[in-house]
Amino acid sequence: MLPLKWEKRRQEYLREREEWFNELMEAGRTMAGRRKFLKMAASAAAAAAAGAFAPQSFQLVDVVDAAGPTPGPAASAAQPFTFAYISDSHLYEKTLNERFVRHLERAVADINALDPQPDFALYGGDLAQLGQPGELKLGAEILKQVKAPLKMMVGEHDWFLDMGDLWKELFGAPQYSFDHKGVHFITLMSVNEKDFWTKAGLTPMQRMQIVAGLDDGRQSRFEVGEEGREWLKRDLAKVTKTTPVVVFSHSPLYKYYRDWNFWTDDAELVQALLRPFNSVTVVHGHTHQVLSNRIGPIHFHGMLSTAWPWPYAPSGLPKLTVPMNRSDPFNQTDGMGDGTINVNQSGYADKEYNLWNRNPMTVSEKYLSSNGALDRPAKTTLPTY
Amino acid sequence: MRRTQWMKIIAIAVLFSAGAIFFQGANAQQQEPKHPSVPADGKEMVVQLCDGETSTKVKGVRPDERLTPEQAQSVSNELMRMWMDKVDPAKAAAWMKEQSAAQSPQSQTQAPARKPSGSKSEAAAKTAGSAEQANDFTGRDFSIWKRELEREIKYGDEIFHSDKLIGSANGIACAMCHPNAANTHPETYPKFQVQLRRVALLRDMINWCIEQPARGKRLEPDDPKMRALEAYIMSQRKGAPMEFGKH
Repeated sequence: MLPLKWEKRRQEYLREREEWFNELMEAGRTMAGRRKFLKMAASAAAAAAAGAFAPQSFQLVDVVDAAGPTPGPAASAAQPFTFAYISDSHLYEKTLNERFVRHLERAVADINALDPQPDFALYGGDLAQLGQPGELKLGAEILKQVKAPLKMMVGEHDWFLDMGDLWKELFGAPQYSFDHKGVHFITLMSVNEKDFWTKAGLTPMQRMQIVAGLDDGRQSRFEVGEEGREWLKRDLAKVTKTTPVVVFSHSPLYKYYRDWNFWTDDAELVQALLRPFNSVTVVHGHTHQVLSNRIGPIHFHGMLSTAWPWPYAPSGLPKLTVPMNRSDPFNQTDGMGDGTINVNQSGYADKEYNLWNRNPMTVSEKYLSSNGALDRPAKTTLPTY
Repeated sequence: MRRTQWMKIIAIAVLFSAGAIFFQGANAQQQEPKHPSVPADGKEMVVQLCDGETSTKVKGVRPDERLTPEQAQSVSNELMRMWMDKVDPAKAAAWMKEQSAAQSPQSQTQAPARKPSGSKSEAAAKTAGSAEQANDFTGRDFSIWKRELEREIKYGDEIFHSDKLIGSANGIACAMCHPNAANTHPETYPKFQVQLRRVALLRDMINWCIEQPARGKRLEPDDPKMRALEAYIMSQRKGAPMEFGKH
C-alpha cells in the first residue's frame, strides 16, 4: 500500500495521462488506421493505472531498512535517541509568497505528528529569504508551533541584511553547544564571509541580495573563521575523545562546489579540530538535497529544504552520495521535505530523508561506516542531467 | 562518397534554397528578378541559384510550367556544377567538405562528383585539407558577433536572476532553483509532456516556470525576454550533447 501523501499526486498524474489518452482515442475515431495503435496506448494507460508499472516521473525509491544500532569504534555512553529537523524555508512575507509559508507549516505538522516525539527539533538555517524583519518574525511565529524543544541555527539568508542583529534578538547566540544523552552537540556559525561589501560601497540590501544569489560570484566563500575556530577549540577541549560529537552547520563543512558556495573555505581546519574524536557527525543545511559524505571519522549529512530543491552541482559530488531523483517541475513540492536523525549507541546516526513526494530514503551509519559497501540506498532512476 | 549520395546532398541543398530560386516570367506584372548571366526571354524557364548570379535555362520548359522531380534534380545539378566552377576553389572545397561531413561523417575523405580534371574545383579539392580556408569574415565580424551574442546572454542572465524582470508575483526568480541554469536541460527538447498535452520546447517550460512557481505572466515566443532567456540558458549548456526527447 502506498503512503497516502504522494499517492494522491501520483493519481493526479495518472488521471492527466489517461485523459490525454482518451482525447487521442476520441481524435482517433475518425482515423481507422490509427485505432489499433491508440487501443494499445489506452491499454498501456490502463495498465499503469492498475499499478502494473509506475509512470516514470513517479518512479519510486525503495525504502531501505535502517540498520539497527551498531556498536561504535569505542564504547560510548550514548543512549539511542531521535531528533528531527526542518531546514531552508526561505520565507518571504506571507502576502508576497504564501506557498513557502505553507511548506514550513507542513514540515512543522510532520514533526508534530511524529510518534514518539523526537527529543528535540533542529532548524537548519535560512528561515528568511532576504533577512527582512517580516520574514524572520513570521518564521519565529510558525516555529513556535513545534512541540519538541527547538534548536536554532542561522543561515546566510538570515544574516547578511543586518549581520545577524535581529536573528540574535529572536533566537539567541548563533554558536553554542549542549550535551544530550551522552552526545556533545555543537551548533556552528559557518556562513561568515570576508568583507566584499565595504570597498564596493554596497547597501545592506545589496549585500544581502548578492549572498542570496547562489551563483553570484561577487560574494566571498563561507567560513567558520578564525574566531569561530578558536571558540570550537575551546569548546572541544572540555570533551573526552570517546564522547560522540554531533555538529550542526549551515554550510557543508567540506568542499563540494565552490561556484555555488556549497563550500566552507576553512573546512580542513575545522575538520582537523574534529578528527581526534572517535565519532563525529555533521548535519548541514544550505544544499537542499540528499547529500552524504565521509572524511576520516566524520560523517556528513545534508538536509532537505522546505522551499525548493537544488540540482546536484556539475562536479565535486561526494562519491558516497546516492543522489535523490531529479525533481519533477510539474510537482511543486517534489525534492523537498524534512527528516529525522536517529542517533545510535556509537554516536553515529541513521539519517532519514522524509521526501514529501517520494518514498523516504535512509542513509544509515552502516552505509557510511562501511564506505558504501553495506546498506546502500536504492539508486535514483532520474539523475540530474 | 558515392555519386548518388552526392546528388542527394545537392538536391537537398537546392530544395532548401527553393525560396531563393526565382522562376522567371510567370507573371509579367510582378517585379522580375534580374539574371545577370542568362537574360530571360519569356519562352523558357530560367532558374537562378541562391547566390543571386548563377542561372540556367531549362530547355523545352515554359516559365509557367512545373518541373518534374527528375527535371528539378537535373537543373540543380547543373547549377551546382556551374557554381563550383565559378567560385574560389578553396571556398568550394570547404563547402563540399562541410556538406559531406554533415551528410556522412565517415565519408568526408572521398571526393564528390565534379567536372573532369584540370578544372578549378579539382584544384579546390587538393587544397581542401590545408589548414587555411578562405572566407570573407574579418576580425571585425567575429568581434561583432561575440559582442552581440554576449549582450543577449547578459540580458538573459539578468532576467534569469531577477524576480522583477521575470514578472514574478511571489519573489521567485529562475536562478533560485536553477543556479547557472542547472537542470534546465535545453538539450533535451523537444519532448512530449503529458502535462502540457503536446511536444514541449524549451520556451514552453520557461513559460511553465514563469506561470507556476513564479506566478508571472507567460511570454510570447518572440518576446525579447524569452529570446534572451533562451540564449542565456543555452549558453550555460555549451558542449552538452543534443538529446532531444530525453526524459
